[in-house]
Amino acid sequence: MNVVFVLLLVGALVAAAVRGDVKAVGTGALDGAGNAVTLALGLIGVMSLWLGLLKIAEKAGLVDKLARAARPIFRPLFRDVPDGHPAISAMLLNIAANMLGLGNAATPFGIKAMEELEKLNPNPGNATNAQALFVAINTASLQLVPTTVIALRAAAHSSDPAGILLPTLASTACALTVAIVSAKLLERVVR
Amino acid sequence: MSLRHILESGSNWALALILVGIPLYGWLKGVKVYEAFVEGAKEGFQVAVRIIPYLVAILATVGAFRAAGAMDALARILAPITSRLGLPPEVLPMAIVRPLSGGGALGILGSIFSTPGLGPDSYAGRLASVLQGSTETTFYVLSVYCGSVGIVRYRHALAAGLLADGAGLVASIVIARLVWG
Repeated sequence: MNVVFVLLLVGALVAAAVRGDVKAVGTGALDGAGNAVTLALGLIGVMSLWLGLLKIAEKAGLVDKLARAARPIFRPLFRDVPDGHPAISAMLLNIAANMLGLGNAATPFGIKAMEELEKLNPNPGNATNAQALFVAINTASLQLVPTTVIALRAAAHSSDPAGILLPTLASTACALTVAIVSAKLLERVVR
Repeated sequence: MSLRHILESGSNWALALILVGIPLYGWLKGVKVYEAFVEGAKEGFQVAVRIIPYLVAILATVGAFRAAGAMDALARILAPITSRLGLPPEVLPMAIVRPLSGGGALGILGSIFSTPGLGPDSYAGRLASVLQGSTETTFYVLSVYCGSVGIVRYRHALAAGLLADGAGLVASIVIARLVWG
């Protein structure tokens, strides 16, 4: 991440200098910083809503039930996470929300999952294998129906707005497979 | 009813049923639903504030990179190579932006749709649609999820995420060429 950070910044300076518009580096960075705060503050409402619902589900025993139901799928992937651990149900909810396209529910569930996984982390500050795999899965777009894209296509008067559905699913499946396989392989070599 | 309407209303129903279903189920199970909700919702604020530094780090960097025109320069350098591999020059900027900025990628998608001679039903428009739908804003996901628990060393999560984006890009091109090429 340190390399990416420096590369992006140096790349920005070089490109701006070549174009003779060094001012853009500063304004771009300041705009980005402002956007970050707007984005984070905008998350407070949805985050609170879903974490509130999640607490109800937890107390009603729904979360435990989900964790048990998801065991067969998650066990081979997340061996370090004990059976019935709350992280399992949070991960399941995150993935289900992602698949349904409920992006603003997926993020709170995903953060909850990271918090639960963090309780099993012997090295705070470093991602565990389970956390890295979970994040990697989330970087593949899991959404079954890309509603935003379909809506944009319809708005642009496409003759077949939803025609990209199956190709997108196939492509998503490839990305997800690579995410899981590479996380599983890399966890053996990356310390 | 078109397929699109069925899909959209399915999503709306799912959301509404979850929103109502969880409290109802809890109430039937004897949970003090209001108190439980408020107790859980309290965490929302802390989480949002906790991820701010991580988001500022990535969004400020990406902001500088884009505003400086580095993204366009990179696209110009790569275009001759990538167009031979089935990635039209119009879609290349989107492939570069996608892991860094979700809004940026959507903006490029919109401009491909509205460019005369391209549009949503062109090869470029379809490829860009598939690409948008099968990849994620990897850096955003990493900074939010890892930031929420104070993780600064992502280990192999970054590499795996970027490999997944790469796989999504290659798969999108291969599939688009097979279906619409």
